[in-house]
Amino acid sequence: MSATTSGRAAVETGAARVHGALARFSGPGELLRAAEEVRDAGYREFDCHSPFPIHGMDAAMGEKRSRLSWFVAACALFGFAGAVALQTWTSVDALPVVVAGKPFFSHVAFFPITFALTVLCSVVGAVVGLTFFIRQQYTHPVFHSDSFSASGSDDGFFISVLAVDGMFDREATAAFLREIGGTNVELLEET
Amino acid sequence: MGNGTEHVNPTTETAKSAPAAASNGNPSFHDVSATISGIVERRDTPLWWWIAFGISATMTLGLLVQIAWLFWTGIGIWGNNIPVGWGFPIVNFVFWVGIGHAGTLISAILFLLRQRWRTSINRFAEAMTIFAVICAGLFPAIHVGRVWAIYWMFPLPNQMEMWPNFRSALMWDVFAVGTYFTASVLFWYTGLVPDWATLRDRARGWRQKVYGILALGWRGGNRQWKHYEMAYLLLAGVATPLVLSVHSVVSTDFATSMVFGWHSTIFPPYFVAGAIFSGFGMVTTLAILARALYPPVRDFMTLDTFDKMAKILMLTGMMVGYAYIIEFFTAWYSGNEYEQYVFINRAFGPYAVSYWIMFACNVIVPQLFWSKKLRRSLPVLFIASILVNVGMWFERFVIVISLHRDFLPSSWEMFKPTAFDIGFLAGSFGLFLTLFLLFLRFVPMVAMAEVKGVLPQADPHANGHHDRGGKEGGR
Repeated sequence: MSATTSGRAAVETGAARVHGALARFSGPGELLRAAEEVRDAGYREFDCHSPFPIHGMDAAMGEKRSRLSWFVAACALFGFAGAVALQTWTSVDALPVVVAGKPFFSHVAFFPITFALTVLCSVVGAVVGLTFFIRQQYTHPVFHSDSFSASGSDDGFFISVLAVDGMFDREATAAFLREIGGTNVELLEET
Repeated sequence: MGNGTEHVNPTTETAKSAPAAASNGNPSFHDVSATISGIVERRDTPLWWWIAFGISATMTLGLLVQIAWLFWTGIGIWGNNIPVGWGFPIVNFVFWVGIGHAGTLISAILFLLRQRWRTSINRFAEAMTIFAVICAGLFPAIHVGRVWAIYWMFPLPNQMEMWPNFRSALMWDVFAVGTYFTASVLFWYTGLVPDWATLRDRARGWRQKVYGILALGWRGGNRQWKHYEMAYLLLAGVATPLVLSVHSVVSTDFATSMVFGWHSTIFPPYFVAGAIFSGFGMVTTLAILARALYPPVRDFMTLDTFDKMAKILMLTGMMVGYAYIIEFFTAWYSGNEYEQYVFINRAFGPYAVSYWIMFACNVIVPQLFWSKKLRRSLPVLFIASILVNVGMWFERFVIVISLHRDFLPSSWEMFKPTAFDIGFLAGSFGLFLTLFLLFLRFVPMVAMAEVKGVLPQADPHANGHHDRGGKEGGR
């Protein structure tokens, strides 16, 4: 990872395999407006990095709503069905014992555990699903930027435009990012 | 486009924050990272921490020794008898589970209600929840007597073709508390991910690797944030009914039994209100201590936060007081003399002192908080919050120990706690404090990313391009 420095020089020394271009913006409002400009310029493959989520950023980037909720709903349904099946089979079929005069299939008495397992599967699904949905990876080209590593999770606001975007062009994209207010524009090398 | 003019505003943030940070008003984003991370990063652990850790770790070791002795000897070392079969272990179990509830209320319900002030204490309160549930889970586990058969509570296929009785409230407890613990840990961890990333980026060497693994490679892109926020919202959404359900299930341990004074439909809401009450008491105690011992967090845990917590203490205290009174009313109104006797015996019988400690601490003490001055006085709040937990422990004592006069006077027996009963209670506090001290030392105690998100300059429209109103917090 070549230590990319700030400014124009970095763009010109870009290596062979480029992941994208990174630019820094001064605050959340600036990042939001820059995201709108990048979106309006026709870029699709870009991301806005901030130390905290910014209200309205999904719309500014043209991002769709997260589908994690559907995955979690499926997990919840699995938990619910599994709990009903477990309790019904064990209490009615596998070991039918009369306790406290309750019927073998006792939907009221089964409710607490059904609820608990539904919640359990939902929370596990939400967290496991999250690690997939965020494309969790320990090494990522943005970390090659010293500027990003130093402040990306502190007080830095960045836009990365990815090279896989059809509109990406080393010089033009870098110039565009500078034009919309980006500083420290640099190219990111692929891992 | 009006580029340039619109974006040349680099000084706004520093201009706003620099004087504000000094005047205890409005820290900059970097101030938040530096202040909170600084506590975790400093190499010289303060002396008070070592002293406190030494005491609490010793108490924890004492607990482990007592558990070993318990397993060797049997539960006869406690004061449990017939008819008081439950004794201190179940009192302690209900007490500790209740403590946890404030953490979940703060992290889930106040999140859904967009209460911004929660960001300063939610990490803290969630940690408290986890440690309290650990202490709680210990007691029923060691109380079963035959600990080697404890796996029978889980639906594991076995050569006897035996299965747990899912129609029993005790099994509901296993699942409710197990789910509660798992959900609390996952919720807490999810909230920590962006903060681990902050620590990772500030650290070097092996620490950076450890934090990097914990942070799951977090890079703060909006394509991550949008899923993260959805996950957080869903976790809050499913944790919200947990606040109400877990202690309701705990109360069914009592309410589904055929015991006068227990067999009552008021138990679930009464237990939930009491749980939130005691939990807020514990959060307040711990937050005041943390604020005193870690001056940097004073900017985040402000008097306004304590003012709001005191209001919740007062509200839930009155709900609990209402339950105490309505229990008496119902007993009288039922016309059932056995039911009536249980309550008269609680208030005027041999354990009347514990009843009136409970009543004074839980009903009278919170009335102090009608006064704004007292709500904002940390010494008053500190003492009141401890009294609240004394009162709530005695509430569970009163409920459980009312077994001492059961159906037939010939079987009545007084309950006398042994030294081991006291020792296990003290040991559980040792375990709780040990875990909490480790948390304070090694984990950022304030949710940095969340605090940054509710600072005025985090509003993307704050720099005067649009009107400042209309932005709801929290996202």
